[in-house]
Amino acid sequence: MSNPFNVIGQGEQAKETNPNADTQTRIKELVTSSTIFLFMKGNPSMPQCGFSANVVGILNSIGANYKTFDVLSDWDIRDGVKQFSNWPTFPQLYVNGKLIGGNDVISELYDNGELEETLKA
Amino acid sequence: MNFEELELFLKSHIKDAQVTVSDLTGTRDHLGIQIISDVFEGKALLDQHRIVMDILKEKLKSEIHAVQLKTMTTTKARERGLIS
Repeated sequence: MSNPFNVIGQGEQAKETNPNADTQTRIKELVTSSTIFLFMKGNPSMPQCGFSANVVGILNSIGANYKTFDVLSDWDIRDGVKQFSNWPTFPQLYVNGKLIGGNDVISELYDNGELEETLKA
Repeated sequence: MNFEELELFLKSHIKDAQVTVSDLTGTRDHLGIQIISDVFEGKALLDQHRIVMDILKEKLKSEIHAVQLKTMTTTKARERGLIS
């Protein structure tokens, strides 16, 4: 991804190795393809939702490297992820395959100065 | 949405909850809800939010369009100077 802004962190869209597998397998592969993984609407250079944009901005500002998947591009994944972690909304940020939270949780962890620690866990 | 009713509703599920409801958009259906309670002790923020979202599940289908949650234990609230 070209990065026109002076930010230290960087997200890039994940490339699936096995796009024909069943949905839950694809989701497992995606969330473990990077320590920090974000299911979002749009992509890091062009988020399609204010909440997704906010989380991307936070991750970039603290210098996180992460991969993303655009849930607007794939209905199976979009529905499947909701079941995967039993959480109904996007964005969803994962660390080591575990859901940390959406915009509310990430914003609050960031405001409290606890996010960097969480991302290292 | 009657905010006092909502506060009582939340307190009926979380006994020691100190609840503050605010109107985020002036339309009384996008709500900021802060809950201070020790049921959150030892739980990740997401799991704290799950507890509240589960209580509000039915209301979110009707009267409430969106919520922004802030949850914390009494210890945290004290650290932040929100309670004495």
